Formats: sequence, structure tokens, C-alpha cells
Amino acid sequence: MSTEDPIIEIRGLTKRYGSLAAVDAVDLDIRRGEFFALLGPSGCGKTTLLRMIAGLEMPTGGTIRLEGNDVSAVPVNKRPVNMVFQSYAVFPHMSVLDNVGYGLRIAGVTREETRHRAEEALALVKLAGYGARRPDQLSGGQRQRVALARALVKQPKVLLLDEPLSALDAKLREQMRLELVNLQDSVGITFVIVTHDQSEALSMADRIAVMDAGQVRQVAPPAELYEFPANRFVADFIGSVNLIEGQVESCDAGIVTLSCPDLPAPVVIRQQVTYATGTTAWLALRPEKIDITHEPDGDGTSNLAHGVVEEITYLGETSVYHVRVAPDVPLIKVSSANLDRVTRRRFTWGDNVHLSWTSECGVVLDR
Amino acid sequence: MARAPIGPLDYTRRTWMRLTLLATFVFLYAPIATLIAFSFNDSRRNIVWRGFTLKYYEQALDNEDLIEAFVNSLTIAFASTLIATVLGTLVAVLLWRFRFPGKVGYEGAMALPIVIPEICMGVAMMAFFARIGWPSDMVWPFSLSAITIAHVSFSFPFVAVVVRARLEGFNRELAEAAQDLGATEWQVFRDVLIPFMGPGLVAGALLAFTLSLDDFVITFFTSGPNTVTFPVKVYSMVRFSVTPEVNAASTVLIVLTVALTVTALWLQHRTRIKTAETAG
Repeated sequence: MSTEDPIIEIRGLTKRYGSLAAVDAVDLDIRRGEFFALLGPSGCGKTTLLRMIAGLEMPTGGTIRLEGNDVSAVPVNKRPVNMVFQSYAVFPHMSVLDNVGYGLRIAGVTREETRHRAEEALALVKLAGYGARRPDQLSGGQRQRVALARALVKQPKVLLLDEPLSALDAKLREQMRLELVNLQDSVGITFVIVTHDQSEALSMADRIAVMDAGQVRQVAPPAELYEFPANRFVADFIGSVNLIEGQVESCDAGIVTLSCPDLPAPVVIRQQVTYATGTTAWLALRPEKIDITHEPDGDGTSNLAHGVVEEITYLGETSVYHVRVAPDVPLIKVSSANLDRVTRRRFTWGDNVHLSWTSECGVVLDR
Repeated sequence: MARAPIGPLDYTRRTWMRLTLLATFVFLYAPIATLIAFSFNDSRRNIVWRGFTLKYYEQALDNEDLIEAFVNSLTIAFASTLIATVLGTLVAVLLWRFRFPGKVGYEGAMALPIVIPEICMGVAMMAFFARIGWPSDMVWPFSLSAITIAHVSFSFPFVAVVVRARLEGFNRELAEAAQDLGATEWQVFRDVLIPFMGPGLVAGALLAFTLSLDDFVITFFTSGPNTVTFPVKVYSMVRFSVTPEVNAASTVLIVLTVALTVTALWLQHRTRIKTAETAG
């Protein structure tokens, strides 16, 4: 598994198109053997970053080091990394075996060895026996496996995957997530995947870099990203969150106290930070970490709110209640498991409800 | 069972539509059908049917001038097709792959021979070869060089247009994937781009071939005193009298041209089906 030894070191990497910076001074370390995800909304620069690692785009500035060697100026066909393209880019005029063996064949590997290694790679992606087929005889999922085998057969130091699951249907996508993780475990190659789908990144990656507007906003393992987002962008982008604005009243001994004009009581959160008194800050609170009750709950002095249920979104296993705690502020989302059948819903439209949370839930963010 | 009412797209069930269709076919194909039919007519004149014969085909085969003209035409067609295909493909790839100043102007100028009236091309070619003093008394097959050059210049834009259209559907990730797997620019061209362009190349080449084979106007202006091509020869035979021998020779040309065109259409059709399958 991951060690601290980085296989890719990116420093100050920038790609400009005219005055627009698609990737803006990015610093990033990717560790040997990890499953790394670049996550962000469309247009955030994640694909450009991946293409620069592959060598398909030349950076405007900065360096990319692969195992300590600067590869920034190495052309794409000389870099020991391989890529699985979004459209899979399986050569339509070659058989599956010829597709997989292409990289070896042009590298001058003998015919028998090419055939042998291509068949091994096909077996690895569970396509043994499909070698003679033509790409137009394969399903989308099978074509993707061919693209995977074709990239893996060259034993790259890093495998790059550009939105590999976006073209598959929902069921197949879930299955492929698991298979990709298992595949990565068995070959031990560092995987870097680009995705805009947070559940994909959260479920597969060892670490995730969240990108926005060409910059990396946070790099962390999935759970840390979800529970301790570094800023409002990450908090809002990953999952669902309530952001409540306030002023820092005090901050010491690992306790942050926040006074929010929209809440009747101060917010007290256990968090190791140092914010100056009076700083504007936001409480980021996940909907599932809020208790919703008809009667007041807790000690009644902090971490509470009350309001009226204005909307209910039924999601099957959970329902999300949108509670108005003050006029002209965003509704607070509270998610609650549907333990009973929905006909016996505990809360309904117009109910007066009390919300509470503990000091272990949520984080206070100053940016 | 009552007949269903005529739907908006049931063109073939409307009487006036059928009549229009019939008239169109008669005007288009009656002359050609007559030409072919009378090539088998056992009469010296093309007016009354006097029974079936193949003797005018024999006569045409025995006519050495005609055969020489036919060989000339085929030689020119093969040579100009080869050059026009390579040139047209390179132009198409250039226009598709690169950005350079004046690209739009270049693209327009490249396609000019498609729209310029043939007679103007012919006169221009004649003036050009006369001006530079292109020798007209070389030995065969070099005696055909002027005509071949003229044919290349009007047929390569057709190749370029066809190949360019094919390239529009190219998924650039295919080229990138090959590069990513270690291919050089040349290997990408050879292993990915050419196989992809294949049907377009064949269609473009067939187009160039038929264009060259039956060209009259430009050839007439650029042929030297001793080089005669098939269409020019047929024209000179017709000037004396329209014998069934001319019919026979023309029939051979029609069959050849139609066969090549059908092949080109079939190749394109097959590719479209394949592309649709791959996309679906």
C-alpha cells in the first residue's frame, strides 16, 4: 500500500490557454501504489492536469517529476505512463488481441512474447478468449476492459484513467468500481483517475484531490475529506452540507465558539484550530448529523435551532427535511432515516421542529 | 379490407408523383438504354432494329486506333488517380490536422478546380503547357504526361474533399491512444489514420479514376497531336458517322464507369453501417 515515497511530484504546474489558466500553479504528490482521484466539477482543470501527466498537453510552467526525474519535456510516446481514454479509443480496425498488443509490437517486442503478454493482460481484465473478436462485436464495458488491458500490458509506472466509468450504465458502473480497485490491488500499479462523480472518488480512491478553477482545494483520504473539509468549496462539493455564517467568539483548548445571527444559541464545536476572535466563519454541518425532534432536546444552551418543516424530499432509505429557522436564509437540510414506512412519517409539512447536534459534529471553516 | 389512407410519406401511392418519377427516368435513361441496345443492332445505321449481333464489339476490338486510345485513357487514369489520391489525402490531412495562417483561403483555393468551368481549365492548361514549352514529342508513356498532370490538378480536390469528410468523424483519442502507447507521428499515421481513412481513400480514388477516364474537355485541350484518349477518339469517330461501333465502345465505357461508381458507393455505405454499429 501507500508509502510516503511519491512516484509523481508536481510543482507549480500551470497550463494557460490565452489568458485563461486551466491549471493554475498546482503542487501535488502522488504516492507509489496508491489509487489517487482528481475530483472536481467540469471545467476545473482535472482532465488537463491528467493529460499533462500523460504528456498529451505540454505545461506552460512548472515541473512534473516521475520517480525523481523531470519528465515535463518528455514527449507522450516516451513517457512510462499509460492512459485509459474516456471514449476507450479502442482501434476499430484491429482485433482485440492486436489492440492489446499494439504498444508492445511497436516497441519491437517479439511476436510470440507480444501474443503471450497480450493474452495475459486480457485474462487480467477477464476477457480471456476474446482476442480474436473485433471491437464492434464488444459491449461498452468490454471495450473498456480492452482499453485497460492495452494500457496495462506495457507495465506503466502510473496508469491514468480519464472518466473511465462515465459511459457505462449505473449497475455496470458499480461493478466496475469494485473491479478497478481489485485490479489495482493485484497489479500494484499507481492509478490516477479523473472523475466528476464524488461517490466514485469516495468509494475507490485512497486519496482524493478536489479541484476547482484550476487549483487544488484539498488533498485528503475520502473520510477526512467528508468529515473535515478544508474550506466551504470542498464541504459543499462533497456530499450535502449546511453552511451557517457566524462570528468566532472564542477559540481555545480545542473548542471553537461561534455566534450565528440565524441561530438562537451559540455553536460550540470541538476542533483543533486557531481562529482570531471576531473572524467571519461558517459552520459546516452534514444533514445526517442533525437530530430532529418535536420537543427540545439536549442541554438547551448550545448547538440548537428550531423552525418549521417547509419541504420534504423522499429518497427511499432517508428523507430530507428542509427546515426554515429564520426568514430569508437558506433552509437547513436535515436527513433522517426512514425507519418506519413513510405512511407513519414522524414529521410533516408545517410541523414545528427542534434541531440539535453535538460538538463532535460539523466543522468551523474560515474560508 | 379497406385500403389505408395515403400517409404523408407514401409518395409512391400518389398518381402524379408516379408520373413525375416515370418521366424523370425516361428522360434520364432512355438515351443510355437506346445507346446500349443499338450497340447490338445488326445494321450500319442507328435507326431501325434489324436483329442482334456482337460484330460491332468485334469491330471495335479490331480497331487499333480505338484500342490505343483506350490504353492511353487507362494509363492516364491509373497514373493520375495514384498521384491525385496521394496529393488529395495529404491535403486533407494537412487541413484537418494543422492550424496555419491563411488556412481558410488555402482551403477555398484548393477546391477551385471543382467549381471552375472545365472549358476554362482546359484553355488555362493549354496556355500553361504552351507557355512553359512542355515537350509534346516524348515517347510513350511520357507523351501522356501533360494530360496526366492536367487530370491530377482537377481530380485531387475531389479526393481531398472526400477524405476530409471522412476525417471529420475521426476520434482524436484514437491517435492519442496510439501515441500514448509509444507510437511516433509516422506510426500513428500508418497504423491508425490510414486504416481509418481507408474507405474514404478508396472512394476518392475511384472518383478520381472515373473523372479521369471520361474527361473530354480538358483532355482535348492538353493532348498533343499524337496522343488520343478514348473520349476524344469516340468524338472523332462520331464526327464522321454514328456507327454501332461507337455505341459498342461507349457501352464498354459506361459499364466500366458504373461498376466503379457502384463500388465506391458500396464502400461508403458499408463504412457508414460499420461506424453506426461502433457508435451504438
